[in-house]
Amino acid sequence: MNPVQRMLDFDFLCGRPTPSVACVVQPGSAGGFQKVFFGREEVAIPVEGSVAEAAHAFPLADIFINFASMRSAFQSSMEALRQPTVRVVAIIAEGVPEADTKQLIAYARQHNKILIGPATVGGVQAGAFRIGDTAGTLDNIVACKLHRPGSAGFVSKSGGMSNEMYNVLARTTDGLYEGIAIGGDVFPGSTLSDHCLRYENIPQVKLIVVLGELGGTDEYSLVDALKQKRITKPVVAWVSGTCAKLFKSEVQFGHAGAKSGGQAESAQAKNEALAAAGAIVPTSFEAFEGTIRDTFARMVAEGAITPCPDVEAPSVPQDLEAAKKAGKVRVPTNVVSSICDDRGEEPTYHGVTMSTLIEGDFGVGDVISLLWFKRSLPKYATRFVEMCVMLCADHGPCVSGAHNTIVTSRAGKDLVSCLVAGLLTIGPRFGGAIDDAARYFQDACDRKLDPDEFVEDMKKKGIRVPGIGHRIKSKDNRDKRVELLQRYARKFFPATRYLDYALRVEAYTLTKAANLVMNVDGCIGALFLDLLHSSSLFSAAEIEQIVKIGYLNGLFVLARSIGLIGHALDQKRLQQGLYRHPWEAVLYI
Amino acid sequence: MARKKIREYDSKRLLKAHIKRLKGVDLPLNVAQVRADTNFVDLLDANPWLKTTRLVVKPDMLFGKRGKHDLVGLNLDFAGVEAFIKARIGKVIDMDGCVGAINTFIVEPFVPHDQEYYLCIQSVRLGNEVSFSEAGGVEIEANWDKVKTVTLPTGAPASPEALAPLTSGLPLELRPAMEAFLQACYAVFLDLDFTLVEMNPFTLDAAGKPFPLDMRGELDDTAAFKSGKKWGDVEFPLPWGDVEFPLPFGRALTAAEEHIAGLDAATGASLKLSILNPQGRVWTMVAGGGASVIYADTVGDLGFAGELGNYAEYSGAPNAQETYAYAKTMLDVATAGADGRGRALIVGGGISNFTDVAATFKGIIQAMREKADAIKAARMRIFVRRGGPNYETGLALMRALGADTGIEIEVYGPDSSMTGICARAIEYIRDLDRSASAA
Repeated sequence: MNPVQRMLDFDFLCGRPTPSVACVVQPGSAGGFQKVFFGREEVAIPVEGSVAEAAHAFPLADIFINFASMRSAFQSSMEALRQPTVRVVAIIAEGVPEADTKQLIAYARQHNKILIGPATVGGVQAGAFRIGDTAGTLDNIVACKLHRPGSAGFVSKSGGMSNEMYNVLARTTDGLYEGIAIGGDVFPGSTLSDHCLRYENIPQVKLIVVLGELGGTDEYSLVDALKQKRITKPVVAWVSGTCAKLFKSEVQFGHAGAKSGGQAESAQAKNEALAAAGAIVPTSFEAFEGTIRDTFARMVAEGAITPCPDVEAPSVPQDLEAAKKAGKVRVPTNVVSSICDDRGEEPTYHGVTMSTLIEGDFGVGDVISLLWFKRSLPKYATRFVEMCVMLCADHGPCVSGAHNTIVTSRAGKDLVSCLVAGLLTIGPRFGGAIDDAARYFQDACDRKLDPDEFVEDMKKKGIRVPGIGHRIKSKDNRDKRVELLQRYARKFFPATRYLDYALRVEAYTLTKAANLVMNVDGCIGALFLDLLHSSSLFSAAEIEQIVKIGYLNGLFVLARSIGLIGHALDQKRLQQGLYRHPWEAVLYI
Repeated sequence: MARKKIREYDSKRLLKAHIKRLKGVDLPLNVAQVRADTNFVDLLDANPWLKTTRLVVKPDMLFGKRGKHDLVGLNLDFAGVEAFIKARIGKVIDMDGCVGAINTFIVEPFVPHDQEYYLCIQSVRLGNEVSFSEAGGVEIEANWDKVKTVTLPTGAPASPEALAPLTSGLPLELRPAMEAFLQACYAVFLDLDFTLVEMNPFTLDAAGKPFPLDMRGELDDTAAFKSGKKWGDVEFPLPWGDVEFPLPFGRALTAAEEHIAGLDAATGASLKLSILNPQGRVWTMVAGGGASVIYADTVGDLGFAGELGNYAEYSGAPNAQETYAYAKTMLDVATAGADGRGRALIVGGGISNFTDVAATFKGIIQAMREKADAIKAARMRIFVRRGGPNYETGLALMRALGADTGIEIEVYGPDSSMTGICARAIEYIRDLDRSASAA
């Protein structure tokens, strides 16, 4: 979940009327907005392209939280500090070079601004504001009573331990007022004592709790502040890292700054110094919780603290993603699909992986068989499909489809427009007869109609027999494509019942006129029926469905697309200008 | 991450190259490095000065006090240097409890001198401290009161006025050259992202030019992305990247530690492992830099610091793949050499802010499943405590792991105290020891 969403959920829990995030900076972007939930409704948080633009557009926003990576965190943080309206800069990135952090520290000091981090999760002011991901889930926030202010001020280096301690404080005191994780770097932007001194000046903070760590001398400025009575509120402090003395060689712990250099930087030395200066120091981390509890109880008994009231938090609906993950909601799907699964390591066409198709002896015909017919057809069938595609790929520039494509290409249109312009002429009169041919041949043949009966029947109904007839080709000038298809089918198909029927129909129609030959649509239609029936791979119902839905025109559309694209590119290559049909070729009436 | 020591050879090499680039200063400095696989003939070819001057040779292993351990060869010719090195290379020595083999030497011209000066520049929070003394050398600690220090605030130049307090004790005629040298060293310190440069001592050669005799340096390795190229040796590029960051003397990385360091470098998350005692009976795999230290503290408080096998931590939301690779390596080390006396593995952590507990645990659990036999053979009981996003799912998966594989595993959530499982782990070990001695 993104940190902005986390912050707005916190805002809502605390009862803020408006979100605490004024805008998001996405360097280089042109602006826009991000959708985030505020309670149950989505709101639009503006996005700006630069720090300066954001500060200018939102002058009331005085806190800058920087999630940039360590490579650019310095520049963007410095830019933020330079904005007069920005007062606090929190840097999340780990790995900012020390020299860069020192520059930020110097600038912040000079201009009285506060730096939190780098290398931190941030911090939280209970009931008021949360930096990014601090304190984790909403359940945790409510369990830690962070949605309303308590009396304890907390500071430590570690973000993870801060969250643990917020839990401890919720159990042992009336809760957190404010908690800051200063980060694990050698030079944090603000130190443990910086925040303790701040807490000293916040009236609502009655008790200060500190979790320090071995390495560095930060805790000693706290020791000095206690000695000089600049901090008078009770401080319960523990410095972790007592184990370092028990190891033989120097160990670099997880935080960059957690390495005991000299004796003074050890946990033991710091704990002793803090206790001597008046802080309440437990004997170990395990005893820390008890010590805090006792100190708080004592302060309440003495009247120094009136425990803050508990407040019920409003409920925030769970995110759909989280609820889905937890199995709490079921969401219906929008779409059903059964031919291709792209969710796995490699896509599968009806269960067959890409690797199998590419590395085996497969071709386009197999792909069509899988994606259109949802089964693996035998080699002779897939080869037949490929032949159809090859034979129907183009038929010259004069047919309707090509003509349209050529005109569109010459009009300077893009490739897809040219292709589609040609495809749109495919229908009952051009290339679209395969389905109809199959339908009628199947029906007539299955009903055992004699060819002449069938043809006369159609004539009576006023329907041209689909699959028969050609503008140019004739009895003595056969369509080579039809010949090739027939030859192949005779050789490889188990049976050619529908072809035979269609040929008997042709024989009859040829007695009427020489150009009533079987055309390529009819041939493909009849042969496809033969393929479907004689392959024994399809049930009668499936064949019925295939013919009814109209799969076979798809073959023509697929095939002719090859030629149409060719014509479109050809015109561009030949740099042909806009087409205008000659006046002479038009009969104006 | 952060401050890393570099060899004296690299400190001097960087100073010479960059003081020339930044300030046009020609330091009369020459250094050569000798390792076990160095070919002395090639070395001579690359560094003709080795033939023409008398030489000094010493180990370059990040430890000092070399003179006090008969490890410095003075005023030798090249043959003498070769013999000196051959007699000591690979030798295992004990330097104040740190035991290791000497594998790298530095060779330089021998420069007779009188005056030994001290210079130290180190990074502090609000700027850089520059320390100078006219009484440098081996007795520096005895003469610490003579060391003068100024703090140059961040961004402030090393002006003559700022440096004047340091050189005020010098004769007038030496001051300009010395100030110029301090300024030049300061410029190199800043430009190369050093966090410490110490020359104890440096001297002035016959021509009055200052140069370091002994030098140590530390670089800020988080600055590698901006200064890394400058740390490299353009003429003699190193196989390990821009500059070498050797481990502290006496610490060699085990295969497991190296593997984890590699995983760490490849991810934005953090994965750390330091082996302390391979025969240890208490092992930890804790989430978070802060919490992991506290778990180690608690084991120490309970008297079992000696039995701690490792210090380790993972943080910054590593994904399941990363925690799987991490846990696999850890479990190999933690279950190795099992002697039947039993071991405890503490899989602990606080309540995470954004690290998904279920996701990180998935990887750890997968590794545990694979190593189930080894875990059981080592009589290892696993103690889990964790909170944070999706912790319920994560803990449930851990419980299921125990049920499925027969691995002994105790699972606690954020309601239990963070370090309570340390006491549980040690109780387990103690119980085993009691029943073993009773039997």
